[in-house]
Amino acid sequence: MEPRLTATDLACRRGERLLFARLSLELSSGQALQVAGPNGMGKSSLIRLLAGLLRPFAGSVERSGQLALVDERPALDEHQPLGAALAFWGALDKGAAPLERLGLATLIDVPVRYLSTGQRKRAALARLIGQDAPIWLLDEPLNGLDTHGVALVEALVGEHCVGGGMAVIASHQPFTLPGLQRLDLADYAA
Amino acid sequence: MTLWTLLKRDLATLLPGGRGGGSLLPVLFFLAVAMLYPFAVGPNPTLLAASGGGVLWVGALLAAILPLERLLAADVERGMFDQWALRGLSEELVVAVRLLAHWLSFGPFLLLAALPASALVGIDGETLRIVELGLLAGTPGLAAIGVIIASVTVGLKSGGAALSGLLMVPLAVPLLIFGAGSLSTGGEGGLALTAAISLVLVAIAPFAGGAAIRAAREG
Repeated sequence: MEPRLTATDLACRRGERLLFARLSLELSSGQALQVAGPNGMGKSSLIRLLAGLLRPFAGSVERSGQLALVDERPALDEHQPLGAALAFWGALDKGAAPLERLGLATLIDVPVRYLSTGQRKRAALARLIGQDAPIWLLDEPLNGLDTHGVALVEALVGEHCVGGGMAVIASHQPFTLPGLQRLDLADYAA
Repeated sequence: MTLWTLLKRDLATLLPGGRGGGSLLPVLFFLAVAMLYPFAVGPNPTLLAASGGGVLWVGALLAAILPLERLLAADVERGMFDQWALRGLSEELVVAVRLLAHWLSFGPFLLLAALPASALVGIDGETLRIVELGLLAGTPGLAAIGVIIASVTVGLKSGGAALSGLLMVPLAVPLLIFGAGSLSTGGEGGLALTAAISLVLVAIAPFAGGAAIRAAREG
């Protein structure tokens, strides 16, 4: 089945504030979309709406295909060595995480709580790739990464899309990718 | 296979000596209560034998409160539950596995510790038998109440531990009444009722816990 992600007339309310409204988007195999906008516009909320972790205030989201999410929390056990923490997800997903490529191969014995912000982000990306899901939802994937790391993420997303996957990237930083679509949340502010 | 992976991780965190800070503290706490009691009421063998079983029950209830604080909150904060949800693993399933792991991490140890504790409070073999059977029937219920409370207090930033304890006490009263009550009647009736309450609580806990964790996500 072709992976597909469609949102129709989405509106998001957090507390008493309507963050955005009348937002529609459609992504199919091979496409990537950057959601841009200043802080507090609802980028993360849009990602969580697309993931089905929040209920939309109005509108609907349709997904076909497995979803994978990276946000500001790596979802790894702090007290475990990195290798064991990733192995837990590996056992659930039955995929292999590319440790070497993400620069994590030398860190597998280090407990997650000692990792730096950038290393945690790389670890979360390793979990993401191991999940082998067609739809990637990335919330600020470049936070804490050095220039080499940024280039690496851009390359990984590019390969993922060429391989038939799709990606939604919520980021206020520039993201370089051929054929990247852009959606400015400020256009949908309520 | 998925269930085993989840259970293995939960046990590695919760079992005494586990890396997640699981410890023997609840069991030591239970033994400490049994040790303090004779000092407090004096060395009167009749009084001790008559009331010792009930004290063990109170000790077990209080010991079950200790592991609650990090039982579910840590995984919610780390985003583990979000990741499980994306993989189609329901909150109910994860909470059911956590309930089993939670019970395994203190129930059997409490049953073992009841042996030396019975000597400390000076109860006879027959009373000990009823206490052990009662704890076997009642501790799954205590674990279930604990899981429900841990899921409801998941979003609390501070004061969760004290509140958990405060909520646990009234909810555990029915278990305590029938569990400790079976000592005075010496009968099967009390044990059967304790087991029945436990069963109901264990059946409710995954659904109550799952709903509470989903509700916290929307907050």
